[in-house]
Amino acid sequence: MERVPVLKIGDMLLVSIQVDMEDQTALNLQEDLADKIVATGCRGVIIDISALDIVDSFVGRMLATIAGISKVLDAETVVVGMRPAVAITLVELGLSLPGIRTALNVELGMALLARARFEAEGGGDAGEDDETVAAAS
Amino acid sequence: MALGTDEIGRFAGFLKEHEAALVESWSHRVADGLRGRLSQTELNRQIEELFRALSEALDGGAGTVEDPNAAELRAVLSELSRSRARQGFTSTETAVSVFALKDALLAAMDARQADAGTLRDFIAFSALIDELGLFTFASYAAAREELIADQAEELLELATPVVKLWEGVVAVPLVGTLDSARAQVVMERLLDALVTTGSPYAIIDITGVPAVDTQVAQHLLKTVVAARLMGADCIISGIRPQIAQTIVALGIEFGDIATKASLADALRHVLRLSGVDTRRNGRKDG
Amino acid sequence: MNAEPQRLTVASDQDVVRVRQLVRTVAVAVKLSLVDQTKLVTAASELARNTLVYGGGGTVEVDRVDNGRRAGIRIAFVDSGPGIADVNLALTDGYTTGGGLGLGLSGARRLVDEFDIDTEPGRGTSITVTKWCR
Ligand SMILES: Nc1ncnc2c1ncn2[C@@H]1O[C@H](COP(=O)(O)OP(=O)(O)OP(=O)(O)O)[C@@H](O)[C@H]1O
Ligand SMILES: [Mg+2]
Repeated sequence: MERVPVLKIGDMLLVSIQVDMEDQTALNLQEDLADKIVATGCRGVIIDISALDIVDSFVGRMLATIAGISKVLDAETVVVGMRPAVAITLVELGLSLPGIRTALNVELGMALLARARFEAEGGGDAGEDDETVAAAS
Repeated sequence: MALGTDEIGRFAGFLKEHEAALVESWSHRVADGLRGRLSQTELNRQIEELFRALSEALDGGAGTVEDPNAAELRAVLSELSRSRARQGFTSTETAVSVFALKDALLAAMDARQADAGTLRDFIAFSALIDELGLFTFASYAAAREELIADQAEELLELATPVVKLWEGVVAVPLVGTLDSARAQVVMERLLDALVTTGSPYAIIDITGVPAVDTQVAQHLLKTVVAARLMGADCIISGIRPQIAQTIVALGIEFGDIATKASLADALRHVLRLSGVDTRRNGRKDG
Repeated sequence: MNAEPQRLTVASDQDVVRVRQLVRTVAVAVKLSLVDQTKLVTAASELARNTLVYGGGGTVEVDRVDNGRRAGIRIAFVDSGPGIADVNLALTDGYTTGGGLGLGLSGARRLVDEFDIDTEPGRGTSITVTKWCR
């Protein structure tokens, strides 16, 4: 069974979905990500779907579930890189991905996460370099 | 209706025997039909090429236009139709270029005093020429359709420019009637522009659009939702009073979509959102 | 000019991926626009998954069609599972018996040009969709 790699970059997790996923692969990703959020203490997750040429209701549901799980674990999720044809299709399908933040690309996604954190912490200093998380487990 | 082997042989032989005369009278007849809109040299070249392709097809034993040995002949005919279509000749003028060979044949046969056998051959040869003519007709129609589709697409593209207004802001100023097909093109081009320019904001300005129907309003709405799914915000500006009435009367939910009176208002709004911003624009300090 | 119809068995997750890939290949071959390709592949993914999950597996047949004016693709999803008792209900946005979003059937119908469903409790379900080139 193929697994989608989850990378830790700074204090964020980056998931870049590169394959046409089987349903089971998508379910595995949900679990892997939850484990990784807890293990690393990361507060932001970026899911890059720019390589996906379709998103159906199953993958849509997976994205929503990941966003939900992250939230419970005190992390924000941003889905980035959705292709125009995929977005048009999702609108027709009736899938609006409520509760999921989106951004055009990874860079804008990171900016969005940084801003969200800044606001959540009352506009205080959101430390850029927290090495401390690694020591958690 | 394919020609028999004997007939093919006789046809090929006849063409060889009378080559010079046939090519000449064929070209003349075609030139008459086109009334000088094609240079004589160009025309001669085409007719010679056709003549050669036909002779070769017959030498290869082709008794119908679909015969594998007539592939080269078909290619020549298609090319002829395509160039005629592009140069604006009618389908009749194009087909006559082929049918004129019949008159040329008849003239050549008359010259040696036709007997019953010759006439029977002429009828058989004519049947093949009819096939070639019909093939030309069909290629012409296909070429025209291609041409029209290309032009329609070009017009659509011309009519929907997507411009980058500011770092992070693209706009599409729409002018003229928006039908469903054009609305769809606009939608796709706008979304593509968001990706290629990495712009999180888009302004759809419909100041120049006189009216919208339900379908078009739905397309606009879907564009906004699709952009949001991709992580970009759309603002619709320049909604005329009549369009506002339509939207309300049709009960279309514009929901929480930002609308602004003018393109300038929309840009100001976007710049404020993205924090570029208005402080510099001389608001009173608090 | 039409190629032979291509048939796949749907018995696992991987088969659903294969259906998507086959539909994409044929959609490119008949020159559907990129957006229409995406719509059709998405619809096929939904319907093939229903065939697997609710129909207990079945077959998918992908066929190139031509109505004289336009080329297109026709896809048939056939299973001999439990069938659907109330088609209208199943085609309602949000209706699900399997904890899904209930958008597969209704959404797939919106993504294609023609949508036919033939189902009977106890006999199985057969859904045929067609998308035409614009
Ligand atoms: N091939 C089938 N055989 C039997 N029942 C089916 C079949 N396809 C769909 N159904 C029934 O119709 C319901 C609606 O299907 P639909 O695909 O719309 O939603 P879903 O599969 O439950 O969720 P989603 O596809 O959004 O993840 C299903 O829950 C199921 O009860
Ligand atoms: Mg389903």
